[in-house]
Amino acid sequence: MERPLTGNMKPDRQPLTLKEYEEVGGYQAVHKALRMAPPDIVDAVKNSNLRGRGGAGFPTGIKWSFMPMGSDVPRPKYLICNADEMEPGTFKDRLLLEGNPHQLLEGMIVSAYALNVDIAYIFLRWEYRLAAERIERAIAEAYENYYLGKNILRSDYSLELRLHVSAGRYICGEETALLNALEGKRAIPRAKPPHPQVSGLWGKPTIVNNTETLCNIPHIITKGVEWYKGLSHTKDGGTKIYGMSGKVKRPGAWELPMGTSMKELLEVHAGGMKEGYQFRGILPGGASTDFLVEEHLDVPMDYDSVQKAGSRMGTGQMIVLDHKTCPVGMALNLERFFARESCGLCTPCREGLPWIAMILQAIEEGEGQPGDVEILEQQCRLLGPGNTFCALAPGAVEPLQSALKYFREDFERGISGRRNARGKRAHDNSWRRFTLTTNPTK
Amino acid sequence: MLTEEERRDIEREILQNERKRAAAVEVLKIVQKHRGWVSDEIHDLAGILEMTPAELDAVATFYSLIFRKPVGKHVILVCDSVSCWVMGYEKILDQLTSRLGIGLNETSADGQFTLLPVACLGACDRAPAMMIDEMLYTYLTPEKIDGILEKYR
Ligand SMILES: Cc1cc2nc3c(=O)[nH]c(=O)nc-3n(C[C@H](O)[C@H](O)[C@H](O)COP(=O)(O)O)c2cc1C
Ligand code: SF4
Ligand code: FES
Repeated sequence: MERPLTGNMKPDRQPLTLKEYEEVGGYQAVHKALRMAPPDIVDAVKNSNLRGRGGAGFPTGIKWSFMPMGSDVPRPKYLICNADEMEPGTFKDRLLLEGNPHQLLEGMIVSAYALNVDIAYIFLRWEYRLAAERIERAIAEAYENYYLGKNILRSDYSLELRLHVSAGRYICGEETALLNALEGKRAIPRAKPPHPQVSGLWGKPTIVNNTETLCNIPHIITKGVEWYKGLSHTKDGGTKIYGMSGKVKRPGAWELPMGTSMKELLEVHAGGMKEGYQFRGILPGGASTDFLVEEHLDVPMDYDSVQKAGSRMGTGQMIVLDHKTCPVGMALNLERFFARESCGLCTPCREGLPWIAMILQAIEEGEGQPGDVEILEQQCRLLGPGNTFCALAPGAVEPLQSALKYFREDFERGISGRRNARGKRAHDNSWRRFTLTTNPTK
Repeated sequence: MLTEEERRDIEREILQNERKRAAAVEVLKIVQKHRGWVSDEIHDLAGILEMTPAELDAVATFYSLIFRKPVGKHVILVCDSVSCWVMGYEKILDQLTSRLGIGLNETSADGQFTLLPVACLGACDRAPAMMIDEMLYTYLTPEKIDGILEKYR
């Protein structure tokens, strides 16, 4: 089984130097791409069926084809790597950034060349300190070796690439909020249209792609579209870095063929459930995806199949709910996260999420009122797609709406006045003090 | 008043940006590195960045890791996201609060530690996780907490 993205990484997780990366075939894609016409690279990516790994699964080649090309388009044009990875349960980009930053640079250089980009940024969350250090070193090495800067490898093509280290908040990962963050503003999403491809950073054409997406590009170019499609079990191209956390024997991340089943991931790669714990449900692609349950375990993990099962592939990083963990408590944890991270721009999200969290807390403490479950269901609809400025709110209600469907009796138990599985806990309001208006460090 | 050294670092940072205001977050971080938090320097910085103080303060108060109030010598960022929660975050938090004598979002009386929640640290396979300053700690247990804190006392 081939693992193009992670197969060359060292067992001790030390990053490959530029020389070491070249020795295993690294940067070949840059040499090859510079001899290709940019539209042919875009076509290759389109034909590879690579879909964006940032969560939404948008076909990368199609996104790229919206980039205005030609000599009379506004300049500079930008490419941005989204390395803000903050989706709860997700730890795949960390692996790629720490284990082999040169692979990302290679992917960015090839992509930037294909899109006629002048300036590229890596947008990294502050907490990834090790990644920051390693990316800085890799960028310096790439400049020294003429993979970046003026006239890359003596071609006509020039590219500047910089690292931007952010300063916290989940919303920064939303691509238009990210643009505001890069411009030194509050990271609040922008209205679309115009889409960033047309009017992005400083109003100029901009492509934003996820770290894992960009790490796929060199392999498509070096080894070809047919080989790349062959890596996958389904029609979405390539491999996927799946991950699993929770009460499983061996939590971790594994690069596997796209379309590997959840059952294989759980039983073979994660080694099954921990002794004494039974499987009860799973968030297939990070915190903002719908729960799936036992009957879905055979579903192949690709974008369309997971969607058909009623959830989303998201980041492909799974969080397991076991039978000793209370689904109400888990929903409460998730909704508190989203309430805290809401940027506060639109009312349904800003007001709805804290309300949801308060009701969930009451239910968790066995103090839910009759009608609470119905209010939660109504909120899930109000915060659904189309009612808010960005996808944070719709994502936030996905785990809740499905928890209400699959674990309804646990919620109802909190209404009848009886205690829930974890017993009554002290009234805890400390999380609220970290919201926008009341953050104690402000 | 900014020190000479701060000014130098800030000027150097601004040169690396396409436009001055793009350096805002990084410039705030420079001040924070020297002083632990950002106080009325906001006014000086805004002038340098060609922003109004209100604009810069709006930025400073948005990002969770820019501190507009004093914090302890060491900042503990404890992950309270879902995988860590499943794997025992509450026990870790209980241990931290009882050992430090403070709750979340508070600073210990000796000014050594500030305890803040943080979004998923991308270490969910090694949960529960936390950071102290720039260092990541994983596979936490309540027993491990004492030894870790000892290193910072
Ligand atoms: C609240 C929110 C947070 C997001 N955070 C990230 C993130 O940390 N990393 C990421 O790649 N995409 C994130 N996204 C998705 C981006 O908006 C965007 O779709 C993605 O970077 C596009 O890359 P792709 O086409 O390669 O998938 C987030 C979206 C939302 C709504
Ligand atoms: S949905 Fe929430 S996070 Fe997104 S723009 Fe509206 S308030 Fe901000
Ligand atoms: S949930 Fe704590 S590190 Fe991801």
